[in-house]
Amino acid sequence: MADYYETKDLADFSNIGEYSPKLGEKYFDYYGEAMKAGALSAREKALIALAVATTQKCPYCIDAYTNSCLSLGVSAEEMMEAVHVGSAMAAGMVLAHSTQMRKIIKKKEM
Amino acid sequence: MSEVITMMPFEKNASGPLTACGIEIFQINVGYRCNLECRHCHIEAGPNRQELMPSNVMEMCLAVLKAHPIDVIDITGGAPEMHPALPGFLEKCASLKRRLQVRTNGVILLEKEYEYFLDLYDRLGVEVVVSLPHLDMKTTNRQRGEGVFSGLIAVLQKLNSKGYGHKDTGRILNLVHNPGGAYLPAGQKALEDSYRQALQERYGIVFNHLFCITNMPVGRYRDYLQRTDNYEDYMAGLVGAFNPAALPAVMCKTTLSVGWDGRLYDCDFNQVLGMTVNHGAPDHLSIFDWPKLAYRRIVTGNHCYGCTAGAGSSCGGTLAESCHPDH
Repeated sequence: MADYYETKDLADFSNIGEYSPKLGEKYFDYYGEAMKAGALSAREKALIALAVATTQKCPYCIDAYTNSCLSLGVSAEEMMEAVHVGSAMAAGMVLAHSTQMRKIIKKKEM
Repeated sequence: MSEVITMMPFEKNASGPLTACGIEIFQINVGYRCNLECRHCHIEAGPNRQELMPSNVMEMCLAVLKAHPIDVIDITGGAPEMHPALPGFLEKCASLKRRLQVRTNGVILLEKEYEYFLDLYDRLGVEVVVSLPHLDMKTTNRQRGEGVFSGLIAVLQKLNSKGYGHKDTGRILNLVHNPGGAYLPAGQKALEDSYRQALQERYGIVFNHLFCITNMPVGRYRDYLQRTDNYEDYMAGLVGAFNPAALPAVMCKTTLSVGWDGRLYDCDFNQVLGMTVNHGAPDHLSIFDWPKLAYRRIVTGNHCYGCTAGAGSSCGGTLAESCHPDH
């Protein structure tokens, strides 16, 4: 377990095509296209990626996109706002599932 | 240092020695005195620095410039304005009819003693390069000192009112971004777009170009990296981001850096490290030799990875192809 989530493993990300180079190449092509500036700026995409990274609790992605945001001149306050968007979405998803609970309560209670 | 042992030497990574391909930019460091003490400053400039270019060295600079077809005179410091002889030197440089630019910290132009430089720059058509590390006030102030951000906004507005930064006025105002911590700058285009939009919307400020400059692991910045245990990661980041495509346009290939005492260097960073030009090139203005200097082999070190990381970095920002490596 001690070897899980080591900081230096982020640098190994470029090798994820190992054992399956064709699929790896397709993934990186897709990733590159999706992440480059288009209708949304590189800055906006980095903030979306940071919010996703935190909600999905991926330490590599949090490392990568905190650094990307810093490099793109995003302030700490802007990054925290993006994290709160992710957090609010996650909270909403939990609360939305209380619908099921509330329906059951209403059905079961006299 | 452990990284010297483990890091691949720059020249090996670059597949051989770098060679200059002319001298297009004559970068003159007139001294290390500055009214600020920025935390990232590789020069370690400050109010107590005593190094100032003597008048005979200024005369040697002018003689070399008169005798050779060098396109750009690039004046830096410290705060160049704190050199008492700068006004006269600028007049003489301007008379040579080259592109003339001054790298200023900006806020010095708000001080009573130095505000006349705003008019002087305008009269002489000097291109002004102002350091504005970040659009965020706190980040800029943390790096350069309390109150610097609001001072910079005031100075940029003054420069704008003189026509600087506007299209077709012939008054060039370029800004410099450099990261406010242990990370590399993003692509210049993305940052320039952010700067342009934010400065226009928030303060009505316009400028010509934004130069993104990677912080070099020398001087105060290196001390900061080591003190905060970021040095190894930062160097690994620079080496990992090594981009051979940036090599043909690194600034040292077309720049000669002149120290306050007339010593010659491949760049301002080598100057701080005390690494004068070498490999048979004369290392002082008093023995200037065009062929030996214009096509000299460049002195490199591990800090050179700072200029070849990602999109590359130079005093003119992200690199673009400007000369052929085999020229």
